[in-house]
Amino acid sequence: MKVLLPSPLAGYTAGRREVQAQGATIREVLDDLDRRYPGIRFRMIDEQDAVRPHIRIFVNREKAASLAQGLAPGDEVLVVAALSGG
Amino acid sequence: MARLVVLVGTRKGLFVLGADRRRRAWSIEGPHFLGETVNHAVLDPRDGRTIVAAVKAGHLGPTVYRSRDRGKRWEEAKAPPAFAKAADGKGESVSHVFWLTPGPAGEKDRWYAGTSPAGLFVSDDAGRHWAGIEGFNGHPDRRKWIGPPEDAPPDGNTLHSLNVDPFDPDHFYIGLSAGGVFETRDRGATWTPLNAGCAAGFLPDPDAAYGHDPHCVRVHPTARDVVYQQNHCGIYRLDRAKARWTRIGENMPKDVGDIGFPLVLHPRDARTAWVFPMDGTTVWPRVPIGGKPAAYVTRDAGKSWRRQDRGLPSAHGWFTVKRQAMTCDALDPLGLYFGTTGGEVWCSFDEGESWQCLCLHLPEIYSVEAALAA
Repeated sequence: MKVLLPSPLAGYTAGRREVQAQGATIREVLDDLDRRYPGIRFRMIDEQDAVRPHIRIFVNREKAASLAQGLAPGDEVLVVAALSGG
Repeated sequence: MARLVVLVGTRKGLFVLGADRRRRAWSIEGPHFLGETVNHAVLDPRDGRTIVAAVKAGHLGPTVYRSRDRGKRWEEAKAPPAFAKAADGKGESVSHVFWLTPGPAGEKDRWYAGTSPAGLFVSDDAGRHWAGIEGFNGHPDRRKWIGPPEDAPPDGNTLHSLNVDPFDPDHFYIGLSAGGVFETRDRGATWTPLNAGCAAGFLPDPDAAYGHDPHCVRVHPTARDVVYQQNHCGIYRLDRAKARWTRIGENMPKDVGDIGFPLVLHPRDARTAWVFPMDGTTVWPRVPIGGKPAAYVTRDAGKSWRRQDRGLPSAHGWFTVKRQAMTCDALDPLGLYFGTTGGEVWCSFDEGESWQCLCLHLPEIYSVEAALAA
């Protein structure tokens, strides 16, 4: 499925903001992203499996409830880097 | 001939200043990691080529990069410092890597890292993979030592001043802000507080075993068991055999006081040290006293101090020098360097007798490290 990434993470994807990843849940999609782009997951998700304070994840433009949220084929995952300091 | 390198970690990236050993013509290179905070970057003295840098972007989690070619190419850690995952999901997460220390000379590619919240990590492949030292991170008293998150300093509780005893690779000293100075003699398996003699005006118990706020702890690289400390409450020296700190800051001029952040030791003379005093009166402005920046040097192990301000602003110098932002090279005469919150790097090539500004207009400076590159 399509995953849209914010510019701070584009360094992991050779500048691509739109990438593909597979998975039946958000957690699985993030794990697949990390296999394709090593290191990217830890910068969004901390070691306790919590989404980092300035990262937001949306599915089809709706805020995701948790990493366990299920995904259907054709869903679009949007990762947003929220406002953060100056 | 080895080239002198000064690594300047800032709130918006890493800058590399370079010169030959005469220290006359300087270059500036960077920024690396533009827009990301570089709390600390250190050149490995064991090979003169490897640089390890602690990096964090505003939006993203913390990480560590390493370069094997003095900063030409960078490789991100495969496993950055991270606390163990708690079964209930309520464990801690590393906010940022704050301090980096190369391991001892005989342990190639070993590095240690201190984090916020206070955590201790080790790498045996020059920063590619990091593992927690559970003797500290999982110590049953660690939470008591560092206090609750609501009592932590503004950037969070931090483990810093990670010193490996140059005469005993099993023996480390660390500083916890707040928490105090601690030591281990078994590579982190067990820990002992080492704060006797230190003031802690913010604690109800004047003889508390821990809870103090060391700002910068330095172990002398060539004189055995000589330790100095710039604390939130004064400047101290420890002859390790006595196990009690002596407040050598009492010998500073009374109108200057002995509050500050960094402390630098002369690598060839254990009786010589520099501090950069900050205003610790009233609401603790933490700027040079009266807006007149100056280093102070002792040549007699703290019995007396002398002001060194030639070349520095004589008025309206209101910057702060952070705990990692003052250092020395190993040349003779010793070169001293400090970076300011206003983005200036100042240097002295006559052991502090005179100062000159090396560069202006960098972002807020968090750390300055000097080393000879291969």
